Amino acid sequence: MTISTHEVEITLDPKVPLVRITREFDASPEKVFRAHTDPELFSQWNGPNGMEMQVERHDCHTGGGYRYGMSRDGEEYWFHGSFHEVRPAELIVQTFTWEGQPDGVALEKLHFEDLGDGRTRLTGTSLVDSFEDRDAFVASGMEVGIREGYERLDELLAR
Amino acid sequence: MAADALSRVFSALADPTRRDMVARLAVADATVNELAEPYDVTLQAVSKHLKVLEDAGLVTRTREAQRRPVHLEAEVFDLMTKWIERYRREAEDRYRRLDDVLRAMPDDDHPTPPQTGANR
Repeated sequence: MTISTHEVEITLDPKVPLVRITREFDASPEKVFRAHTDPELFSQWNGPNGMEMQVERHDCHTGGGYRYGMSRDGEEYWFHGSFHEVRPAELIVQTFTWEGQPDGVALEKLHFEDLGDGRTRLTGTSLVDSFEDRDAFVASGMEVGIREGYERLDELLAR
Repeated sequence: MAADALSRVFSALADPTRRDMVARLAVADATVNELAEPYDVTLQAVSKHLKVLEDAGLVTRTREAQRRPVHLEAEVFDLMTKWIERYRREAEDRYRRLDDVLRAMPDDDHPTPPQTGANR
């Protein structure tokens, strides 16, 4: 299913447990790429709103790895992964694990597509182990209100 | 559990025929025959699709009469749409911040000078 606006397009693939996020930027692929590889720049925009981000390491090159933490109201969440393939202004392939569930791992790909005129289309895909994980992953992107959401769904389905 | 319920809703809607059925039921209730009409499939196949939608809680079928019209549970459908919408908004917020970062970056075509170590 695809819910799109002018800005961000989200696709949940029906065949494989994959989420695809597409967005265009008014900047060259080189610039968008650098905002991903430079730890300083990366920490300025990544992560959910209102969360403090702490980058422990961010070695964005083929064979490198990363680890960062997010905190809010004294709660800390840590994530880590490996950079599997990094090609300047073109592609980043990485793994992603939330340390609260260390056996779970997502395979993520980021494509930087040159649209000309200093514009870039960024396509990120995240592939997980199961549809259950994928849907929980999409649902957990919301944090606030998700529990109430589940409870409401339970209520609705129980009727 | 709730996560499974959500998953059932998502996978029920992953199929284009079922999505189409839901879109039509959003306009009005319909019988199985009416639902089957535009598709080049058997009534059995349509019933199978309906069963999936029913198990996900997306549609219900009234017991009354032989017509047994299929009814869309709009609240369940809305709830799921809202979930994706929130996820989308989260991504949107993140990428707006990236827009700001990109605007603040110097306008050069040459890559940043190499940093210490093997960073790039």
